[in-house]
Amino acid sequence: MENMGTILVFAVVGTLWNVFFIGGMIFAVCQIEGVQLAGVDLLSCLLFGSIVSAVDPVAVLAVFEEIQINELLHILVFGESLLNDAVTVVLYHLFEEFSHAGTVTVLDGVLGVVCFFVVSLGGVMVGAIYGFLGAFTSRFTTHTRVIEPLFVFLYSYMAYLSAEVFHLSGIMSLIACGVIMRPYVEANVSHKSYTTIKYFLKMWSSVSETLIFIFLGVSTVAGPHAWNWTFVISTVILCLVSRVLGVIGLTCIINKFRIVKLTKKDQFIVAYGGLRGAIAFSLGFLLTDNERKNMFLTAIITVIFFTVFVQGMTIRPLVELLAVKKKKESKPSINEEIHTQFLGHLLTGIEDICGHYGHHHWKDKLNRFNKTYLKKWLIAGERSTEPQLISFYNKMEMKQAMMLVESGSTAKLPSTLSSVSMQNIQQRGSGNRRAIPSISKSREQEIRKILRSNLQKTRQRLRSYSRHDLMIDPFEDNVSEVRFRKQRVEMERRMSHYLTVPTNRQETPSVRKVCFEPEHQVFTYDNSESPRGPRARPDPGPLDAISLVSESQRPNQSREPRAKVPEEQEEQDQLKLSRCLSDPGPNQEEDLS
Amino acid sequence: MGASQTRAEHQYQDLADKTGFSFEQIKNLYQRFQQLSGNEETISRANLDSIPALANNPIRKQIIGAFFDKRNQHQDEVGSCDQIGFEQFLMVMSHFRPPNLRTTDEEKEAMRKEKLRFLFNMHDSDNDGTITLAEYRKVVEELMSKSGEIGQETAKAIADAAMLEVASINVPNMGPEEFYEGITFEHFEEILKGLEMESRMHIRFLDVDTSTMRCGKSQS
Repeated sequence: MENMGTILVFAVVGTLWNVFFIGGMIFAVCQIEGVQLAGVDLLSCLLFGSIVSAVDPVAVLAVFEEIQINELLHILVFGESLLNDAVTVVLYHLFEEFSHAGTVTVLDGVLGVVCFFVVSLGGVMVGAIYGFLGAFTSRFTTHTRVIEPLFVFLYSYMAYLSAEVFHLSGIMSLIACGVIMRPYVEANVSHKSYTTIKYFLKMWSSVSETLIFIFLGVSTVAGPHAWNWTFVISTVILCLVSRVLGVIGLTCIINKFRIVKLTKKDQFIVAYGGLRGAIAFSLGFLLTDNERKNMFLTAIITVIFFTVFVQGMTIRPLVELLAVKKKKESKPSINEEIHTQFLGHLLTGIEDICGHYGHHHWKDKLNRFNKTYLKKWLIAGERSTEPQLISFYNKMEMKQAMMLVESGSTAKLPSTLSSVSMQNIQQRGSGNRRAIPSISKSREQEIRKILRSNLQKTRQRLRSYSRHDLMIDPFEDNVSEVRFRKQRVEMERRMSHYLTVPTNRQETPSVRKVCFEPEHQVFTYDNSESPRGPRARPDPGPLDAISLVSESQRPNQSREPRAKVPEEQEEQDQLKLSRCLSDPGPNQEEDLS
Repeated sequence: MGASQTRAEHQYQDLADKTGFSFEQIKNLYQRFQQLSGNEETISRANLDSIPALANNPIRKQIIGAFFDKRNQHQDEVGSCDQIGFEQFLMVMSHFRPPNLRTTDEEKEAMRKEKLRFLFNMHDSDNDGTITLAEYRKVVEELMSKSGEIGQETAKAIADAAMLEVASINVPNMGPEEFYEGITFEHFEEILKGLEMESRMHIRFLDVDTSTMRCGKSQS
């Protein structure tokens, strides 16, 4: 968000500069005697400039994804390539109209500027409307999960189409729709739908990208070409030159306003990463047929090939050579999340003390607005009041639970890098805490109620198959259920640290089976938790039996008393299990990510 | 005007050397200081408390406390004071300066250490050099205090998980008998080194005078 200003300047001003510079210089080149280019007038040159100067998001994405460059640069170049669509569209149409009309007046120029604002802001608004609609719809889909991906795709495409119908910028509308929809839909939609959306879109975009470049290749080979050495070569050179000049010039201005300045290396990457792609080609293709169109097309194709092949292929070794900062491999760390939030509040507070409204102040205001109004309307159920730290924590827990399941039997757990467990950080003054902590009656009632209701819920799932129902998977519907289950598993692991169970590792095979036989397995777990559950069950090993015993004494879900349970057992049993069953904690992700 | 001007400049020069601000920034901050203190020489906690914008901030007590904490004055004193003068105000503010293009790598390291030290002092309220589990729990609770009724259990669970993470990263091979006392400054640095504090923990200090632009804002 802090980089929005920079991105906008690059996108708008940078593209404008490119267009006029390239257009003007090409016109100058065409005026040179003896090049057989006399027929090309200024407007056509400007039109050509506007086609060829837009940085293409597809090409940029394809190349930058590979080189894994640091966040800042990625955002700058990618953001610029997305946002310059509005400028390109407006200029293209403008020049096209002008070259048909023949004369240009100042009024037309002013109208052009107005047009630019209408196109871009209109596009964003259309996208925003569809974004909110999509978020609102996703609030109600808790009972029919199947249609969630459908809605997301539909609304996005509708945003694009509606914008194009009104000659507004389709790309900006699509971006706005996506940006607005995302936080709410992500919170509302089930995990499976989320995965579906993500991978379907990846697949689809891959296919489209490939098709575009295939089309490009075919036209190169088959299309009518009019090769003119001067024109083509000067185009290529001018593109490079104008890009470099533009970036350097703009950075000088921008750096005065930025806190974290852009270094020479950054500037180089931004300039070098300005790849042209299919948008340029399609715009050129749409030109009305005249004798210059073929020449333009040839030049455009050459530029595209040059930037994509030469620049695209060499950017990686250059990045290595210049030792540009790469993207850091960060696994989600709860400490970092806590401190990021802490820092946000701290900086807002300091800004308030200083007395001026800076970035943090506005961000904070936006967050609060978001929380009080938008989230209530757009997110289903109780997740609307969940603070960010908790959703982050839940996500981490869910991930851990998933990884636990996927890792298979405990025997395969790689020797954990850390043997730290809850035991180590709890207070040691536990001598007098051996007694069973007394929970208030009401709390115990509450807990029993929760356990009972979970048990009932699982019993009620029917196994009917219909085209409109998804097989309800116990990992699916409820975040709290997953957390519930995960805590069960983790607690069992911890208990096994201290219990004299002949190492019966049946625990995790039964976990794994949850995916295949949801019905069956769900009973096992919940029954083992409930204090009144039947003791004789087909699957649970002695592990579950013991946990039954200890749990029935103290049915509660908080972690602290559970940490005491092991001490309790330890008192009774002298042997300890091998340490590989101790809580691997967050390191699990390290090993399996 | 002449004599007092040079004296003020001399004073500012002193402050500029100590804290690294420019003259313009110091002048603006001085004006703000005057505003906050009601034209007195020192400000107290009540002055800072009365800033209306801070009311919504979940960690305002810690922030205000940090201003009055002697450890942030870089003079090896501990404890807290009740009133602070302009120089102390500036010292605390200087923790939030951004690096510029000419900062060398060692200076950046030093900056990062300084900022992390500031954060550490904010968490370590009893000043024993470590952040214990209880203190960390308090931090998480405060952070979530304004977000509605969150169960104490959840806050505890999050703080416990965080502590576990710190312990696992820094002391991976702890036996089950050992007890992890608390997060020391080195561990703190270790877990937060991915955040690049020197580029994130800063605010934009004004170089121009905006007092005339702040119309309508409360005179706190």
